[in-house]
Amino acid sequence: MSLNVVKFPVFPHLKKIIFPPRWLILFFLFLILNPVSSYAQEDLSSSWFNYHRVNMLVFLIFFFAVIVIFIERAKVGKSLFIRRIAGLDAIEEAVGRATEMGKPVLYISGIEDVDNIQTVASMIILGNVAKMVAGYETPLYVPVCMPFVVPIAEERVKEGYAAAGKPEAYNRDNVRYISSEQFAYAAGVNGIMMREKPAANLMFGSFYAESLLMAETGLATGAIQVAGTANIHQLPFFIVACDYTIIGEELFATSAYLSKEPKLLGSLKGSDLAKAIIMIILAVGALLDTLGITHFASWFYIE
Amino acid sequence: MGTGEILWNGLALFLTLSIFSILYKDNPFYKIAEHLVVGVSAGYFAIILYYNSFIPKVWVPVVHESKFLYILPTILGVLMWTRFSRKWSWVSRYPIAAYMGIGMGVAIPVTMQAYILVPLYATMQPIGFTSMALFNNLLVAAGVLCALVYFFFSKEHTGAFGGVAKVGIWTLMVGFGAGFGLTVMGRVSLLIERFTFMRDYLQKLFGF
Repeated sequence: MSLNVVKFPVFPHLKKIIFPPRWLILFFLFLILNPVSSYAQEDLSSSWFNYHRVNMLVFLIFFFAVIVIFIERAKVGKSLFIRRIAGLDAIEEAVGRATEMGKPVLYISGIEDVDNIQTVASMIILGNVAKMVAGYETPLYVPVCMPFVVPIAEERVKEGYAAAGKPEAYNRDNVRYISSEQFAYAAGVNGIMMREKPAANLMFGSFYAESLLMAETGLATGAIQVAGTANIHQLPFFIVACDYTIIGEELFATSAYLSKEPKLLGSLKGSDLAKAIIMIILAVGALLDTLGITHFASWFYIE
Repeated sequence: MGTGEILWNGLALFLTLSIFSILYKDNPFYKIAEHLVVGVSAGYFAIILYYNSFIPKVWVPVVHESKFLYILPTILGVLMWTRFSRKWSWVSRYPIAAYMGIGMGVAIPVTMQAYILVPLYATMQPIGFTSMALFNNLLVAAGVLCALVYFFFSKEHTGAFGGVAKVGIWTLMVGFGAGFGLTVMGRVSLLIERFTFMRDYLQKLFGF
């Protein structure tokens, strides 16, 4: 039977993963068997395939497959349950409060560039916040740190206003580039907080040492603050200075929940399954290690 | 102390105090310092990018080494300037897409290694109650498992599952508390350094 006639009506893209094209199989065989490679390779720069990291490749392929399967499920309309995150209500509450007070909402997307997944998640949340504020006719200020983020933030805010049926309310000047220098950006944002006195500060993205400077200033101005980051080292500062904090992976879950995008929902469900498998591996590995069987754990060792 | 040192260190002292002045309220001194640092950083980065990116990564490879492949990313970079035109701004999506794609591609294996495989291997240690080290390993493994349960989004945090998730969030909070204390210590050290600088300057200036 030819591989090409196998029917995969539910997951059309899954077929490509399980039965990849012949050229892809040959390519991987070439990588694995290419004459320069060997288990005893010393000079890795001369090889295309690092045998010391086969476990990493297996992990990547496995997680990739799991996530693609769930994305396909989401695409065909399967109901994928995601629990509601407390911070989501806090965003709506903050925007609502700003509207009642007739003051603006300030959205800070962190200081990393668009190649950082947290910034991408932040941009997705920004689109939904823009839609929300457009509905209430509340001004939205978006000071940006990285130049590449500016066009994306502009597009997201513009789309949000258009989705709310108020494209004319979009003001391009409200998405402002401040500075790529961390503390110059923090100083600029603090200045906006002190002068414009936004009633709600939403901080989602990748933050570093500037997190407390901004969150503390926002607290001093009396704004309701909701923050979220996957940078573990900055979470304590948001927890002490903000009203609500979205912790770690909740940031990505928030973006998936708000957007209802099948790709994001599917990848979130896929990562849940991956976490369950990691937990099993961890428990089994610790127990086997206790019994003196260390071989299992060594499969996960990376040089 | 020479005249130059007096002037430059005096300016540094003035700017330090100007930034501190926001602790009272927004004022012209803070505005001067804020606008100065934002403006200077923009100019500084423009020069840094010119000498650290344009010269070694575009000018030298293309003009001196005839590596014309470097023109491709340069064109992508130039396309970003189409943002200034309302008609052509859509073109800038191509360099952004390329930048994001390359960034993600590089980040995925690195993240997989640093945040999944390395911690996973480090957590798989012998556990038990017979010694403090084994008990410590047990606490770490249990804490990691409970914290992972907290980050499950496919199930409501109710019943026994919710109880485990609650232990997970408490574990995270203990970690955050330790992190907070450590960083605040570092920040206090920075504050002490600023105060020491101001004290030394005034001592040298007035000779007391």
